[in-house]
Amino acid sequence: MSDSRSTGIPLKVRNLRKSYDGRVVLQSMDLDIAAGEIFVLMGPSGSGKSVFLRHLIGLEAPDAGEILVGGERVGPDIDQTRHRLAMVFQSGGLLNSLTVEENVGLYLREHRLKAPEEISRIVLEKLALVRLGPSDAAKYPSELSGGMRKRVAIARALVIEPQLILYDEPTSELDPLVSLTIGREILNLNRRIGATSVVVTHHVDLAMGIADRIAFLSEGSIVALGTPEQIRSSPVPLVHQFLNAEFKEA
Amino acid sequence: MFRNIGEMVLLFVATVKALPWACRERRKIAEQLFDIGNASLFMACVLSLFIGGVLSLQSGPVLVENGIGSALGNLVAIAMCKELAPVMMSILVAGRVGSAMAAELGSMSVYQEIDALRTLAINPIRFLVLPRVIAISIAVPCLVVFSNLVGWLGGAFVAAHNDRIAVPAETFFTSLREGVDPGDVVNGLIKSFFFALCVGVICCHQGLTTQGGPRGIGRSVTKAVVNSLVLILILDYILTRLLLPFDNGFFA
Ligand SMILES: Nc1ncnc2c1ncn2[C@@H]1O[C@H](COP(=O)(O)OP(=O)(O)OP(=O)(O)O)[C@@H](O)[C@H]1O
Ligand SMILES: [Mg+2]
Repeated sequence: MSDSRSTGIPLKVRNLRKSYDGRVVLQSMDLDIAAGEIFVLMGPSGSGKSVFLRHLIGLEAPDAGEILVGGERVGPDIDQTRHRLAMVFQSGGLLNSLTVEENVGLYLREHRLKAPEEISRIVLEKLALVRLGPSDAAKYPSELSGGMRKRVAIARALVIEPQLILYDEPTSELDPLVSLTIGREILNLNRRIGATSVVVTHHVDLAMGIADRIAFLSEGSIVALGTPEQIRSSPVPLVHQFLNAEFKEA
Repeated sequence: MFRNIGEMVLLFVATVKALPWACRERRKIAEQLFDIGNASLFMACVLSLFIGGVLSLQSGPVLVENGIGSALGNLVAIAMCKELAPVMMSILVAGRVGSAMAAELGSMSVYQEIDALRTLAINPIRFLVLPRVIAISIAVPCLVVFSNLVGWLGGAFVAAHNDRIAVPAETFFTSLREGVDPGDVVNGLIKSFFFALCVGVICCHQGLTTQGGPRGIGRSVTKAVVNSLVLILILDYILTRLLLPFDNGFFA
Protein backbone atom coordinates (compact mmCIF):
# COMPACT_ATOMS: atom_id res chain seq x y z
CA MET A 1 0.00 0.00 0.00
CA SER A 2 3.02 2.25 0.35
CA ASP A 3 3.35 2.81 -3.37
CA SER A 4 0.00 3.94 -4.67
CA ARG A 5 1.72 4.75 -7.97
CA SER A 6 2.04 1.15 -9.11
CA THR A 7 0.30 0.23 -12.32
CA GLY A 8 -2.32 -2.24 -13.36
CA ILE A 9 -1.64 -5.83 -14.15
CA PRO A 10 -2.50 -7.80 -17.28
CA LEU A 11 -4.88 -10.71 -17.29
CA LYS A 12 -4.77 -13.84 -19.44
CA VAL A 13 -7.52 -16.43 -19.66
CA ARG A 14 -6.76 -19.68 -21.47
CA ASN A 15 -9.33 -22.26 -22.43
CA LEU A 16 -11.40 -21.69 -19.30
CA ARG A 17 -14.18 -24.19 -18.78
CA LYS A 18 -16.67 -24.64 -15.98
CA SER A 19 -19.83 -26.62 -15.52
CA TYR A 20 -22.10 -27.13 -12.52
CA ASP A 21 -23.67 -30.55 -12.15
CA GLY A 22 -23.06 -31.33 -15.81
CA ARG A 23 -24.55 -28.03 -17.01
CA VAL A 24 -21.94 -26.08 -18.93
CA VAL A 25 -21.69 -22.46 -17.79
CA LEU A 26 -18.39 -21.39 -19.36
CA GLN A 27 -17.10 -23.13 -22.46
CA SER A 28 -13.49 -22.65 -23.41
CA MET A 29 -13.07 -18.93 -22.94
CA ASP A 30 -9.88 -17.31 -24.21
CA LEU A 31 -9.21 -13.71 -23.38
CA ASP A 32 -6.35 -11.26 -22.98
CA ILE A 33 -6.84 -8.07 -21.06
CA ALA A 34 -3.99 -5.56 -21.13
CA ALA A 35 -2.63 -3.80 -18.07
CA GLY A 36 -4.62 -0.67 -17.37
CA GLU A 37 -7.42 -1.55 -19.74
CA ILE A 38 -11.10 -1.01 -18.93
CA PHE A 39 -12.80 -4.12 -20.18
CA VAL A 40 -16.58 -4.31 -20.20
CA LEU A 41 -18.45 -7.60 -20.24
CA MET A 42 -22.06 -7.65 -21.36
CA GLY A 43 -24.55 -10.36 -22.04
CA PRO A 44 -27.94 -11.79 -21.15
CA SER A 45 -28.82 -12.68 -17.60
CA GLY A 46 -27.54 -16.13 -16.72
CA SER A 47 -24.87 -16.17 -19.43
CA GLY A 48 -22.09 -16.73 -16.89
CA LYS A 49 -20.73 -13.23 -16.30
CA SER A 50 -20.68 -13.44 -12.51
CA VAL A 51 -19.24 -16.94 -12.63
CA PHE A 52 -16.46 -15.66 -14.90
CA LEU A 53 -15.59 -12.84 -12.49
CA ARG A 54 -15.52 -15.24 -9.57
CA HIS A 55 -12.95 -17.30 -11.46
CA LEU A 56 -10.78 -14.26 -12.09
CA ILE A 57 -10.37 -13.58 -8.38
CA GLY A 58 -9.94 -17.20 -7.39
CA LEU A 59 -13.26 -17.78 -5.63
CA GLU A 60 -14.10 -20.58 -8.02
CA ALA A 61 -11.80 -23.29 -9.38
CA PRO A 62 -12.04 -23.94 -13.13
CA ASP A 63 -12.73 -27.43 -14.49
CA ALA A 64 -10.09 -26.85 -17.16
CA GLY A 65 -7.86 -24.09 -18.40
CA GLU A 66 -6.04 -21.41 -16.49
CA ILE A 67 -6.12 -17.79 -15.54
CA LEU A 68 -2.97 -15.74 -15.20
CA VAL A 69 -3.01 -12.48 -13.28
CA GLY A 70 0.23 -10.61 -13.85
CA GLY A 71 1.77 -13.88 -15.01
CA GLU A 72 0.73 -15.75 -11.88
CA ARG A 73 -1.75 -18.55 -11.91
CA VAL A 74 -4.95 -17.79 -10.05
CA GLY A 75 -6.03 -20.47 -7.64
CA PRO A 76 -7.94 -20.74 -4.41
CA ASP A 77 -4.80 -19.77 -2.51
CA ILE A 78 -3.65 -16.91 -4.73
CA ASP A 79 -1.28 -14.62 -2.94
CA GLN A 80 -3.40 -11.52 -2.68
CA THR A 81 -0.65 -9.69 -0.89
CA ARG A 82 1.57 -9.67 -3.96
CA HIS A 83 -1.10 -8.23 -6.24
CA ARG A 84 -3.87 -6.04 -4.98
CA LEU A 85 -7.13 -7.38 -6.32
CA ALA A 86 -10.62 -6.21 -5.50
CA MET A 87 -14.12 -7.19 -6.40
CA VAL A 88 -17.42 -5.37 -6.08
CA PHE A 89 -20.07 -8.05 -5.68
CA GLN A 90 -23.39 -7.96 -7.45
CA SER A 91 -25.14 -8.01 -4.07
CA GLY A 92 -22.55 -5.82 -2.35
CA GLY A 93 -21.24 -8.53 -0.04
CA LEU A 94 -21.02 -6.16 2.94
CA LEU A 95 -20.56 -7.69 6.36
CA ASN A 96 -23.88 -7.15 8.07
CA SER A 97 -22.42 -7.31 11.55
CA LEU A 98 -20.13 -4.33 10.92
CA THR A 99 -20.95 -0.66 10.36
CA VAL A 100 -20.32 1.04 7.07
CA GLU A 101 -17.14 2.58 8.41
CA GLU A 102 -15.85 -0.76 9.71
CA ASN A 103 -16.72 -2.44 6.42
CA VAL A 104 -14.86 0.10 4.34
CA GLY A 105 -11.85 0.17 6.68
CA LEU A 106 -11.76 -3.61 7.12
CA TYR A 107 -8.91 -4.28 4.71
CA LEU A 108 -6.62 -1.63 6.18
CA ARG A 109 -7.45 -2.54 9.77
CA GLU A 110 -7.10 -6.30 9.43
CA HIS A 111 -3.80 -6.04 7.62
CA ARG A 112 -2.60 -3.27 9.92
CA LEU A 113 -1.58 -1.10 7.02
CA LYS A 114 -2.37 2.27 8.55
CA ALA A 115 -2.81 3.93 11.91
CA PRO A 116 -6.42 4.06 13.16
CA GLU A 117 -6.84 7.84 12.63
CA GLU A 118 -5.40 7.52 9.15
CA ILE A 119 -7.88 4.72 8.42
CA SER A 120 -10.86 6.84 9.49
CA ARG A 121 -9.65 9.63 7.25
CA ILE A 122 -9.26 7.33 4.24
CA VAL A 123 -12.64 5.73 4.88
CA LEU A 124 -14.43 9.09 4.92
CA GLU A 125 -12.56 10.15 1.81
CA LYS A 126 -13.59 7.03 -0.11
CA LEU A 127 -17.17 7.30 1.12
CA ALA A 128 -17.25 10.88 -0.12
CA LEU A 129 -16.19 9.65 -3.56
CA VAL A 130 -19.37 7.60 -3.75
CA ARG A 131 -21.44 10.46 -2.28
CA LEU A 132 -21.89 9.07 1.20
CA GLY A 133 -21.42 11.38 4.17
CA PRO A 134 -20.02 10.89 7.67
CA SER A 135 -23.59 10.41 8.97
CA ASP A 136 -23.87 7.23 6.90
CA ALA A 137 -20.59 5.87 8.20
CA ALA A 138 -22.04 4.83 11.55
CA LYS A 139 -24.99 2.96 10.03
CA TYR A 140 -25.27 -0.78 9.57
CA PRO A 141 -25.78 -2.21 6.06
CA SER A 142 -29.33 -3.24 6.95
CA GLU A 143 -30.18 0.42 7.47
CA LEU A 144 -29.16 1.38 3.93
CA SER A 145 -30.97 1.25 0.61
CA GLY A 146 -29.80 -1.23 -2.03
CA GLY A 147 -28.06 1.49 -3.99
CA MET A 148 -26.28 2.83 -0.91
CA ARG A 149 -25.02 -0.65 -0.08
CA LYS A 150 -23.63 -0.92 -3.59
CA ARG A 151 -21.81 2.38 -3.16
CA VAL A 152 -20.34 1.27 0.16
CA ALA A 153 -19.10 -1.90 -1.56
CA ILE A 154 -17.40 0.23 -4.20
CA ALA A 155 -15.81 2.40 -1.53
CA ARG A 156 -14.53 -0.73 0.20
CA ALA A 157 -12.91 -1.90 -3.03
CA LEU A 158 -11.38 1.53 -3.68
CA VAL A 159 -9.67 1.48 -0.29
CA ILE A 160 -7.47 -1.38 -1.50
CA GLU A 161 -6.15 0.88 -4.31
CA PRO A 162 -6.33 -2.25 -6.45
CA GLN A 163 -4.22 -3.10 -9.47
CA LEU A 164 -7.06 -5.22 -10.79
CA ILE A 165 -10.63 -4.44 -9.91
CA LEU A 166 -13.70 -6.43 -10.90
CA TYR A 167 -17.11 -4.79 -10.81
CA ASP A 168 -20.20 -7.01 -10.97
CA GLU A 169 -22.99 -4.70 -12.11
CA PRO A 170 -21.78 -1.65 -10.17
CA THR A 171 -24.63 0.55 -11.34
CA SER A 172 -27.62 -1.74 -11.03
CA GLU A 173 -29.94 -0.31 -8.37
CA LEU A 174 -28.38 3.14 -8.76
CA ASP A 175 -30.17 6.21 -10.12
CA PRO A 176 -28.78 7.69 -13.35
CA LEU A 177 -26.89 10.50 -11.61
CA VAL A 178 -25.05 8.29 -9.16
CA SER A 179 -24.40 5.85 -12.02
CA LEU A 180 -22.62 8.69 -13.76
CA THR A 181 -20.38 9.35 -10.78
CA ILE A 182 -19.62 5.67 -10.46
CA GLY A 183 -18.70 5.54 -14.12
CA ARG A 184 -16.49 8.57 -13.62
CA GLU A 185 -14.90 6.98 -10.57
CA ILE A 186 -14.12 3.81 -12.52
CA LEU A 187 -12.37 5.99 -15.07
CA ASN A 188 -10.62 8.01 -12.35
CA LEU A 189 -9.26 4.99 -10.57
CA ASN A 190 -8.05 3.71 -13.88
CA ARG A 191 -6.29 7.01 -14.68
CA ARG A 192 -4.90 7.54 -11.19
CA ILE A 193 -3.30 4.19 -10.53
CA GLY A 194 -3.75 2.56 -13.90
CA ALA A 195 -5.91 -0.18 -12.44
CA THR A 196 -7.01 -2.85 -14.86
CA SER A 197 -10.79 -2.95 -14.62
CA VAL A 198 -13.27 -5.60 -15.65
CA VAL A 199 -16.81 -4.28 -15.53
CA VAL A 200 -19.94 -6.38 -15.93
CA THR A 201 -22.89 -4.17 -16.73
CA HIS A 202 -26.27 -4.09 -18.47
CA HIS A 203 -26.00 -0.32 -18.78
CA VAL A 204 -25.24 0.31 -22.46
CA ASP A 205 -24.40 4.02 -22.14
CA LEU A 206 -22.01 3.37 -19.30
CA ALA A 207 -20.32 0.58 -21.24
CA MET A 208 -19.90 2.72 -24.34
CA GLY A 209 -18.63 5.61 -22.24
CA ILE A 210 -15.92 3.92 -20.23
CA ALA A 211 -14.85 0.83 -22.16
CA ASP A 212 -11.60 0.38 -24.01
CA ARG A 213 -13.02 -2.89 -25.26
CA ILE A 214 -16.36 -4.66 -24.86
CA ALA A 215 -17.04 -8.38 -24.96
CA PHE A 216 -20.42 -10.01 -25.35
CA LEU A 217 -20.98 -13.24 -23.52
CA SER A 218 -23.73 -15.63 -24.48
CA GLU A 219 -24.22 -19.10 -23.04
CA GLY A 220 -20.69 -19.19 -21.73
CA SER A 221 -18.75 -18.11 -24.77
CA ILE A 222 -17.71 -14.79 -26.22
CA VAL A 223 -19.77 -13.98 -29.30
CA ALA A 224 -18.44 -10.47 -29.97
CA LEU A 225 -15.32 -8.60 -28.91
CA GLY A 226 -14.04 -5.19 -29.85
CA THR A 227 -13.86 -1.46 -29.20
CA PRO A 228 -17.16 0.33 -28.57
CA GLU A 229 -17.24 1.43 -32.24
CA GLN A 230 -16.67 -2.10 -33.49
CA ILE A 231 -19.34 -3.41 -31.14
CA ARG A 232 -21.82 -0.75 -32.29
CA SER A 233 -21.50 -2.01 -35.86
CA SER A 234 -21.32 -5.67 -34.93
CA PRO A 235 -23.24 -8.03 -37.21
CA VAL A 236 -24.09 -10.42 -34.35
CA PRO A 237 -27.91 -10.35 -33.89
CA LEU A 238 -27.77 -10.60 -30.09
CA VAL A 239 -25.50 -7.57 -29.84
CA HIS A 240 -27.73 -5.60 -32.17
CA GLN A 241 -30.80 -6.48 -30.09
CA PHE A 242 -29.00 -5.62 -26.88
CA LEU A 243 -27.88 -2.20 -28.03
CA ASN A 244 -31.18 -1.28 -29.58
CA ALA A 245 -33.54 -2.69 -26.98
CA GLU A 246 -36.30 -0.15 -26.50
CA PHE A 247 -39.66 -0.58 -24.87
CA LYS A 248 -42.53 -0.58 -27.35
CA GLU A 249 -46.03 -1.74 -26.58
CA ALA A 250 -46.84 -4.66 -28.82
CA MET B 1 -20.91 -38.27 5.77
CA PHE B 2 -17.23 -39.28 5.62
CA ARG B 3 -16.49 -36.25 3.49
CA ASN B 4 -18.11 -34.11 6.16
CA ILE B 5 -15.93 -35.62 8.84
CA GLY B 6 -12.85 -35.10 6.69
CA GLU B 7 -13.77 -31.47 6.11
CA MET B 8 -14.35 -30.96 9.81
CA VAL B 9 -10.96 -32.38 10.65
CA LEU B 10 -9.41 -30.03 8.09
CA LEU B 11 -11.30 -27.10 9.57
CA PHE B 12 -10.09 -28.08 13.02
CA VAL B 13 -6.49 -28.28 11.81
CA ALA B 14 -6.82 -24.91 10.10
CA THR B 15 -8.23 -23.44 13.30
CA VAL B 16 -5.34 -24.80 15.32
CA LYS B 17 -2.95 -23.33 12.78
CA ALA B 18 -4.66 -19.97 13.23
CA LEU B 19 -4.12 -20.09 16.99
CA PRO B 20 -1.16 -17.67 16.95
CA TRP B 21 -3.68 -15.03 15.86
CA ALA B 22 -5.82 -15.61 18.92
CA CYS B 23 -4.26 -12.70 20.75
CA ARG B 24 -5.15 -10.29 17.96
CA GLU B 25 -8.70 -11.56 17.91
CA ARG B 26 -9.17 -11.17 21.66
CA ARG B 27 -11.83 -8.50 21.31
CA LYS B 28 -13.93 -10.81 19.18
CA ILE B 29 -13.35 -13.69 21.59
CA ALA B 30 -14.55 -11.50 24.46
CA GLU B 31 -17.63 -10.50 22.49
CA GLN B 32 -18.41 -14.14 21.78
CA LEU B 33 -17.92 -15.08 25.43
CA PHE B 34 -20.31 -12.34 26.44
CA ASP B 35 -22.89 -13.57 23.93
CA ILE B 36 -22.57 -17.18 25.08
CA GLY B 37 -22.95 -16.22 28.73
CA ASN B 38 -25.88 -14.03 27.95
CA ALA B 39 -27.62 -16.74 25.98
CA SER B 40 -27.06 -19.64 28.32
CA LEU B 41 -26.40 -18.62 31.93
CA PHE B 42 -30.02 -18.38 33.05
CA MET B 43 -30.98 -21.57 31.26
CA ALA B 44 -27.96 -23.34 32.73
CA CYS B 45 -29.08 -22.30 36.20
CA VAL B 46 -32.64 -23.58 35.79
CA LEU B 47 -31.53 -26.77 34.07
CA SER B 48 -28.92 -27.63 36.71
CA LEU B 49 -31.24 -26.92 39.62
CA PHE B 50 -33.77 -29.39 38.27
CA ILE B 51 -31.21 -32.02 37.27
CA GLY B 52 -29.75 -31.98 40.77
CA GLY B 53 -33.24 -32.13 42.21
CA VAL B 54 -34.38 -35.05 40.13
CA LEU B 55 -31.19 -36.99 40.89
CA SER B 56 -31.97 -36.70 44.59
CA LEU B 57 -35.59 -37.56 44.01
CA GLN B 58 -34.85 -40.69 42.01
CA SER B 59 -32.07 -42.17 44.09
CA GLY B 60 -32.89 -40.74 47.55
CA PRO B 61 -35.78 -43.03 48.51
CA VAL B 62 -33.89 -46.16 47.40
CA LEU B 63 -30.81 -45.24 49.40
CA VAL B 64 -32.87 -44.34 52.44
CA GLU B 65 -34.81 -47.64 52.32
CA ASN B 66 -31.50 -49.48 52.33
CA GLY B 67 -30.26 -47.44 55.20
CA ILE B 68 -27.52 -45.59 53.32
CA GLY B 69 -29.27 -42.24 52.93
CA SER B 70 -26.15 -40.54 54.19
CA ALA B 71 -24.36 -41.41 50.92
CA LEU B 72 -26.86 -39.44 48.84
CA GLY B 73 -24.70 -36.31 48.67
CA ASN B 74 -21.79 -38.30 47.30
CA LEU B 75 -23.91 -39.97 44.65
CA VAL B 76 -25.63 -36.82 43.42
CA ALA B 77 -22.38 -34.87 43.33
CA ILE B 78 -20.48 -37.50 41.37
CA ALA B 79 -23.29 -38.00 38.86
CA MET B 80 -23.51 -34.26 38.41
CA CYS B 81 -19.85 -33.36 38.02
CA LYS B 82 -18.65 -36.36 36.05
CA GLU B 83 -21.54 -36.88 33.72
CA LEU B 84 -24.64 -34.74 33.76
CA ALA B 85 -23.19 -31.26 33.98
CA PRO B 86 -20.69 -31.73 31.11
CA VAL B 87 -23.22 -33.43 28.85
CA MET B 88 -26.18 -31.20 29.62
CA MET B 89 -24.21 -27.97 29.40
CA SER B 90 -22.72 -29.01 26.05
CA ILE B 91 -26.18 -29.89 24.76
CA LEU B 92 -27.53 -26.58 26.02
CA VAL B 93 -24.73 -24.65 24.35
CA ALA B 94 -25.13 -26.62 21.11
CA GLY B 95 -28.80 -25.68 21.04
CA ARG B 96 -28.52 -22.06 22.14
CA VAL B 97 -25.14 -20.97 20.80
CA GLY B 98 -24.08 -23.53 18.18
CA SER B 99 -27.31 -23.11 16.26
CA ALA B 100 -26.84 -19.35 16.23
CA MET B 101 -23.26 -19.76 14.98
CA ALA B 102 -24.37 -22.05 12.16
CA ALA B 103 -27.13 -19.61 11.22
CA GLU B 104 -24.86 -16.58 11.31
CA LEU B 105 -22.03 -18.15 9.29
CA GLY B 106 -24.63 -19.77 7.02
CA SER B 107 -26.18 -16.46 6.12
CA MET B 108 -22.72 -15.01 5.61
CA SER B 109 -21.95 -17.77 3.09
CA VAL B 110 -25.25 -17.40 1.30
CA TYR B 111 -25.02 -13.63 1.04
CA GLN B 112 -21.42 -13.73 -0.23
CA GLU B 113 -19.95 -12.11 2.87
CA ILE B 114 -17.41 -14.94 3.15
CA ASP B 115 -16.43 -14.48 -0.50
CA ALA B 116 -16.02 -10.78 0.17
CA LEU B 117 -13.68 -11.54 3.07
CA ARG B 118 -11.58 -13.73 0.78
CA THR B 119 -11.31 -10.97 -1.81
CA LEU B 120 -10.04 -8.70 0.97
CA ALA B 121 -7.37 -11.33 1.66
CA ILE B 122 -8.84 -11.99 5.10
CA ASN B 123 -8.86 -15.62 6.15
CA PRO B 124 -12.43 -16.47 7.19
CA ILE B 125 -11.14 -19.15 9.54
CA ARG B 126 -9.04 -16.68 11.46
CA PHE B 127 -11.65 -13.97 11.31
CA LEU B 128 -14.79 -15.98 12.06
CA VAL B 129 -14.10 -19.55 13.18
CA LEU B 130 -11.17 -19.04 15.55
CA PRO B 131 -12.86 -16.58 17.95
CA ARG B 132 -16.00 -18.71 18.08
CA VAL B 133 -14.25 -22.01 18.74
CA ILE B 134 -12.00 -20.49 21.40
CA ALA B 135 -14.88 -18.74 23.12
CA ILE B 136 -17.06 -21.83 23.21
CA SER B 137 -14.19 -23.98 24.54
CA ILE B 138 -13.64 -21.54 27.39
CA ALA B 139 -17.32 -20.96 28.11
CA VAL B 140 -18.53 -24.54 28.41
CA PRO B 141 -16.12 -25.65 31.17
CA CYS B 142 -16.99 -22.45 33.07
CA LEU B 143 -20.67 -23.26 32.71
CA VAL B 144 -19.97 -26.77 33.99
CA VAL B 145 -18.41 -25.43 37.19
CA PHE B 146 -21.40 -23.21 37.69
CA SER B 147 -23.78 -26.05 36.87
CA ASN B 148 -22.09 -28.33 39.42
CA LEU B 149 -22.62 -25.84 42.21
CA VAL B 150 -26.24 -25.14 41.32
CA GLY B 151 -26.98 -28.84 40.78
CA TRP B 152 -25.56 -29.76 44.18
CA LEU B 153 -27.72 -27.10 45.79
CA GLY B 154 -30.78 -28.43 43.96
CA GLY B 155 -30.00 -31.96 45.10
CA ALA B 156 -29.52 -30.88 48.72
CA PHE B 157 -32.73 -28.91 48.70
CA VAL B 158 -34.84 -31.84 47.48
CA ALA B 159 -33.05 -34.26 49.83
CA ALA B 160 -33.90 -32.09 52.81
CA HIS B 161 -37.48 -31.23 51.90
CA ASN B 162 -38.85 -34.45 50.47
CA ASP B 163 -40.64 -36.49 53.14
CA ARG B 164 -39.48 -39.86 51.84
CA ILE B 165 -35.83 -38.81 51.79
CA ALA B 166 -35.42 -36.29 54.59
CA VAL B 167 -31.62 -36.21 54.50
CA PRO B 168 -30.56 -32.94 56.17
CA ALA B 169 -28.40 -30.60 54.12
CA GLU B 170 -25.56 -30.98 56.59
CA THR B 171 -25.38 -34.76 56.08
CA PHE B 172 -25.70 -34.25 52.35
CA PHE B 173 -22.75 -31.87 52.13
CA THR B 174 -20.59 -33.89 54.54
CA SER B 175 -20.99 -36.92 52.31
CA LEU B 176 -20.32 -34.74 49.27
CA ARG B 177 -17.12 -33.35 50.76
CA GLU B 178 -15.83 -36.77 51.70
CA GLY B 179 -16.81 -38.50 48.48
CA VAL B 180 -15.84 -36.04 45.76
CA ASP B 181 -12.22 -35.47 44.75
CA PRO B 182 -11.11 -32.41 42.82
CA GLY B 183 -10.15 -35.07 40.25
CA ASP B 184 -13.80 -35.94 39.67
CA VAL B 185 -14.57 -32.34 38.84
CA VAL B 186 -11.52 -32.06 36.58
CA ASN B 187 -12.62 -35.22 34.81
CA GLY B 188 -15.91 -33.54 33.91
CA LEU B 189 -14.17 -30.36 32.86
CA ILE B 190 -11.87 -32.23 30.49
CA LYS B 191 -14.85 -33.93 28.90
CA SER B 192 -16.76 -30.69 28.55
CA PHE B 193 -13.79 -28.99 26.90
CA PHE B 194 -13.71 -31.62 24.17
CA PHE B 195 -17.48 -31.53 23.75
CA ALA B 196 -17.30 -27.77 23.32
CA LEU B 197 -14.50 -28.03 20.77
CA CYS B 198 -16.64 -30.46 18.78
CA VAL B 199 -19.74 -28.31 18.95
CA GLY B 200 -17.76 -25.26 17.82
CA VAL B 201 -16.12 -27.00 14.89
CA ILE B 202 -19.30 -28.79 13.75
CA CYS B 203 -21.44 -25.66 13.88
CA CYS B 204 -18.86 -23.45 12.14
CA HIS B 205 -18.31 -26.11 9.48
CA GLN B 206 -22.03 -26.39 8.79
CA GLY B 207 -22.29 -22.62 8.59
CA LEU B 208 -19.37 -22.24 6.19
CA THR B 209 -20.61 -24.98 3.85
CA THR B 210 -24.16 -23.63 3.63
CA GLN B 211 -25.55 -23.49 0.11
CA GLY B 212 -28.84 -22.63 -1.48
CA GLY B 213 -30.43 -19.56 0.02
CA PRO B 214 -32.45 -19.11 3.20
CA ARG B 215 -33.71 -22.68 3.08
CA GLY B 216 -30.10 -23.85 3.11
CA ILE B 217 -29.52 -21.86 6.29
CA GLY B 218 -32.38 -23.68 8.02
CA ARG B 219 -31.00 -27.01 6.89
CA SER B 220 -27.54 -26.13 8.16
CA VAL B 221 -28.82 -25.15 11.58
CA THR B 222 -30.75 -28.38 12.01
CA LYS B 223 -27.81 -30.46 10.86
CA ALA B 224 -25.39 -28.56 13.09
CA VAL B 225 -27.46 -29.19 16.22
CA VAL B 226 -28.31 -32.82 15.47
CA ASN B 227 -24.71 -33.71 14.57
CA SER B 228 -23.49 -31.95 17.70
CA LEU B 229 -25.84 -33.93 19.93
CA VAL B 230 -24.91 -37.25 18.36
CA LEU B 231 -21.22 -36.53 18.60
CA ILE B 232 -21.44 -35.32 22.21
CA LEU B 233 -23.00 -38.61 23.28
CA ILE B 234 -20.61 -40.80 21.30
CA LEU B 235 -17.63 -38.80 22.49
CA ASP B 236 -18.97 -39.01 26.04
CA TYR B 237 -18.60 -42.77 26.03
CA ILE B 238 -15.17 -42.69 24.45
CA LEU B 239 -13.80 -40.03 26.80
CA THR B 240 -15.28 -41.69 29.87
CA ARG B 241 -13.59 -44.92 28.84
CA LEU B 242 -10.28 -43.16 28.21
CA LEU B 243 -10.41 -41.28 31.51
CA LEU B 244 -11.34 -44.39 33.51
CA PRO B 245 -7.75 -45.37 34.43
CA PHE B 246 -7.20 -41.93 35.92
CA ASP B 247 -10.08 -42.35 38.35
CA ASN B 248 -9.56 -42.86 42.05
CA GLY B 249 -7.01 -40.37 42.95
CA PHE B 250 -4.82 -39.66 39.96
CA PHE B 251 -5.69 -35.99 39.99
CA ALA B 252 -6.25 -35.81 43.72
N1 LIG C 1 -22.71 -22.28 -7.52
C1 LIG C 1 -23.46 -22.59 -8.59
N2 LIG C 1 -24.01 -23.82 -8.70
C2 LIG C 1 -24.76 -24.15 -9.77
N3 LIG C 1 -25.01 -23.33 -10.78
C3 LIG C 1 -24.51 -22.09 -10.75
C4 LIG C 1 -23.70 -21.66 -9.65
N4 LIG C 1 -23.33 -20.38 -9.88
C5 LIG C 1 -23.89 -20.04 -11.07
N5 LIG C 1 -24.59 -21.06 -11.60
C6 LIG C 1 -25.29 -21.04 -12.90
O1 LIG C 1 -24.47 -20.44 -13.84
C7 LIG C 1 -25.22 -19.67 -14.75
C8 LIG C 1 -24.57 -18.32 -14.92
O2 LIG C 1 -24.75 -17.57 -13.73
P1 LIG C 1 -24.18 -16.11 -13.54
O3 LIG C 1 -24.48 -15.72 -12.16
O4 LIG C 1 -22.78 -16.06 -13.97
O5 LIG C 1 -25.08 -15.27 -14.54
P2 LIG C 1 -24.90 -13.74 -14.92
O6 LIG C 1 -24.44 -13.69 -16.32
O7 LIG C 1 -24.06 -13.06 -13.92
O8 LIG C 1 -26.39 -13.22 -14.85
P3 LIG C 1 -26.96 -11.84 -14.25
O9 LIG C 1 -26.81 -10.83 -15.32
O10 LIG C 1 -28.39 -12.14 -13.98
O11 LIG C 1 -26.19 -11.54 -13.01
C9 LIG C 1 -26.62 -19.59 -14.21
O12 LIG C 1 -27.46 -20.34 -15.04
C10 LIG C 1 -26.55 -20.20 -12.85
O13 LIG C 1 -27.67 -21.01 -12.63
MG1 LIG D 1 -24.39 -11.78 -12.32
